[in-house]
Parts: sequence; structure tokens; C-alpha cells
Amino acid sequence: MKEKWQELPIGCVIDKSSTSLSFKTGDWRSNKPVWDEGKCIQCLMCWISCPDAAVIVKDGKMTGFNYDYCKGCGVCASVCPKTAHAIEMIREEK
Amino acid sequence: MILAKTGNEAMAYAMKQINPDVVAAYPITPATEIVQIFSNYVADGLVDTEFVPTESEHSAMSACVGASAAGARVMTSTSSQGLALMHEILYIAAGLRLPIVVGLVNRALSAPINIHCDHSDTMGSRDAGWIQIYTANSQEAYDSMIQAVKIAEKANLPVIVSTDAFIISHCMERLEVLDDDKVKAFLGDRKALYPLLDVDNPRTIGPLDLQDYFFEHKRSEIDAMNKTLPIIEEVAKEYGELFNRYYPVIEEYRTDDADVAIMALGSTADTLKEVVDDLREKGKKVGLIRGRVFRPLPVEAIKSAVRNVKALAVLDRSDAMNAFGGPLFGEVRSVMYEEKNKPLMNNYIYGLGGRDIEIEELVSVYDELFTILKNGRVDNLINYLGVRGG
Repeated sequence: MKEKWQELPIGCVIDKSSTSLSFKTGDWRSNKPVWDEGKCIQCLMCWISCPDAAVIVKDGKMTGFNYDYCKGCGVCASVCPKTAHAIEMIREEK
Repeated sequence: MILAKTGNEAMAYAMKQINPDVVAAYPITPATEIVQIFSNYVADGLVDTEFVPTESEHSAMSACVGASAAGARVMTSTSSQGLALMHEILYIAAGLRLPIVVGLVNRALSAPINIHCDHSDTMGSRDAGWIQIYTANSQEAYDSMIQAVKIAEKANLPVIVSTDAFIISHCMERLEVLDDDKVKAFLGDRKALYPLLDVDNPRTIGPLDLQDYFFEHKRSEIDAMNKTLPIIEEVAKEYGELFNRYYPVIEEYRTDDADVAIMALGSTADTLKEVVDDLREKGKKVGLIRGRVFRPLPVEAIKSAVRNVKALAVLDRSDAMNAFGGPLFGEVRSVMYEEKNKPLMNNYIYGLGGRDIEIEELVSVYDELFTILKNGRVDNLINYLGVRGG
């Protein structure tokens, strides 16, 4: 349940920081990137190009996507080297 | 201390004693001299204020919003077109619940171009969410500026304190001022609820607010306005007890046994006191009701003042351009609709663009009220007083 007006801080203040974390934008997506670990050459072009922070990198290596925030823009698939072709955009199924 | 001051000087003097953290202003026509006088205080080192001269009133009010959100005590001043240019930001100041205080001089809005008194500027902003206090003389303007800071910070809403252009703003009167330390003690420091300069507690002010929350935030702002009258009353009483000058939200003058009364805002009410006294000497039971606070509308005080009068003329120094009279008339009539005891009412639009209102004209309004009383009906609901052609 969302708050009643009496429960909100006055003046539409958001009285904390980092609130974008609780705003899951993944449901904006109509196309979804799918990563093939076997084809990936770990160039990290997808990570550097992602306009959100939806490429999960651990110990310097690409490990997959955070679908809570990935909006499906397809930039990662576009910058993935054609020789590798490790990221493919597929239709999001609801 | 007793001084001789114009309304503008009185308001600027109050600002000097309030010593706000920030004043952002566009001190050129159509503004009157208030911030110009205040900028002299800044130049002379008599205040600690950060004075921000901007390139327009839109920018001035925007800078006020930023400074107030940061946690500062903020004031500015403007008039007519200047207030109109601030209009967009007025809603933002109120919506973000920022206690900014504006010392305003009521002047006509263009066109035609005019710099003289009427209330079309503040009436144009009456739905912006600002508290509006219309003063009747320089003394009240001075006292109200000091009270406004306290009201604004208690209600977390912005306040406009206004004077009638030239009639008050440029007219020199006897002014009784408080000692600086008494003003300081009365106001204390501003304790902002969500100051942006509190860097240990980062927060967001003014985010996009769509269909899922906007209505709740507006409802909360409406609630703040609903709760503001007791705050205004409490501050007025505290000020009255400390300094011996008390102003009610609705002032009644000789209305106790009055058969007919006139209701008006601003300096005209002071003129009307003379008229009432003259007519009373002639045995006519006339009274005066002065609206001091117009936003929020003091509904109960209006009912109580108007209820026992048999005929009431509401004077508006602006027209609502709704083809149904002035804004004060419309609201007072609406307030009285459910009341069992209510007067016959009519409306006079007067004094547009600084047209003088004469004693004889005000006497003619009382005469018309007695005719209405005798006939038991209002023949002319909306009238234009003092205009060639009627």
C-alpha cells in the first residue's frame, strides 16, 4: 500500500538518499539482453557502455545482467564485438 | 522609538530588524523602494544579509526558493508585474512548503500600463498557496512583516504582506518601531525541517511527482493552509501581548448594533472608519468589516462579523473578470450561503488603477444599503464605484 497524505513528509521532500535503488525500472523493458558466457571475450564494452548500471561485474569479469534495472535499450548488444556476438536481444515475455 | 516613515520605509525597516539570511530581488520598476532601501542597509553593513540582485522577478523568486530550501530565512519584495512574473515560482515556493516572506505593494496589472493602487496583482496569485495579509497603514505593515516571518516558519508556508500603492507605500506616517533585540528575540532563528545544507542527511527537494503521489502532496499542502488561521491568531496575540498592538484576521469596527456595513481590504478600511464615525454622529447604525487576512479565508470570523448585519456591501479593488464581480464578494457571499442569518449583499468594484475613493462615494454606498434595507431587495448586485459612465 502506498502512503496516505498524512504519512508523507511535507513539501514532497524525499528525506533520504539513494532512493533510485528502490525504483525498479526493469519493467520498462520490451527487449531483453541475453548473455552467452561461452562466447564472451571479457572486453567489458557492455559494462562501460550501459547507461544504467545493469551489467554485473565481479572480480573484473562480466557475470550477467541485473534485470531489475536493465531497460532493454540494447546498447550492450550493439557494442559487443561482432566476432564474439555474446549478447543477443530477445523479445521480453511477460 | 517613534519615527516618521513611509510604508515602503516601514517595511524595509522591519526587514533590517528581521535581518534575513538572504534577500533576492529585482529592485527596479515596477518594484517600489522597499528592496532599494534595504540594499542601502546591506551596503552600510547594518545587516548580515546575502543580497542577490537578479535579472528578473522570476529569477528573484527562484533564488528565494533555493535559499529557503537550503535552510535560510528569506525575504523579498515586489509589486504588480513583478509579482505576475514570479507567478510560476510562487506555486513552487508554496508546494515545497518554503516559508518565504514577500513585502508587496499592491499595484494594478497591465494593460493599460499603470503603477497605482489596486489589488489585481495579489488577487491574480490568490490560489498560489501563499498566505495573504492586507494591511491598512504603515504601522500595521511594519508589525505584519515581523509577524509574517514567524507565521511562515510555523506554518511552513510563504506569506505576502501587502500595502496599497502610494496611499500607504509613499505616504509618511507616524511609526512606532521595536528595539532590534526585541524583534530578534520574538523571531529566534529559523529551524528548517529539511535543510538542503544539512550535508550529513542528503535529501531530494522538488522531484517529479506523477499520478501516484501528486494528489497526496497537494492534499497535504491544503491541510497546511487549513491549519494556518490558528497560527496567525496565536502569533498576533503573542505580538499583541508583548508590544501592545494586536490585529485580528477580520477587524470589526462599530458593527455591534450596525444595521448595515461595508467590507473592504487595505487602506480603504481606514478611510471608512472616518465615514462610519461621521454617520454614527448623525445617528445612522453603520459599521465596517475589514478583511486583514484573505488567504486562508477566515471563514468563521467572516460569518461571525457578517451574520448580524442586515445589509452588506463588499468592496473589491479588483475585478475577477468572471462577469460576476470581485473576488472578495464572491467568497464572502459563498461563505454566508449556508447561514440562516445573512445580510442582503451587493458588490462594488472601485479604485482600479489608483482611482481615488472619495468620502462622498463611501457615504453613497451606505445610503444605498439603507435603501436595500427599506426595500428588502438588492436591485443592482454588481456596481462600479467612481468610474465615469457607472
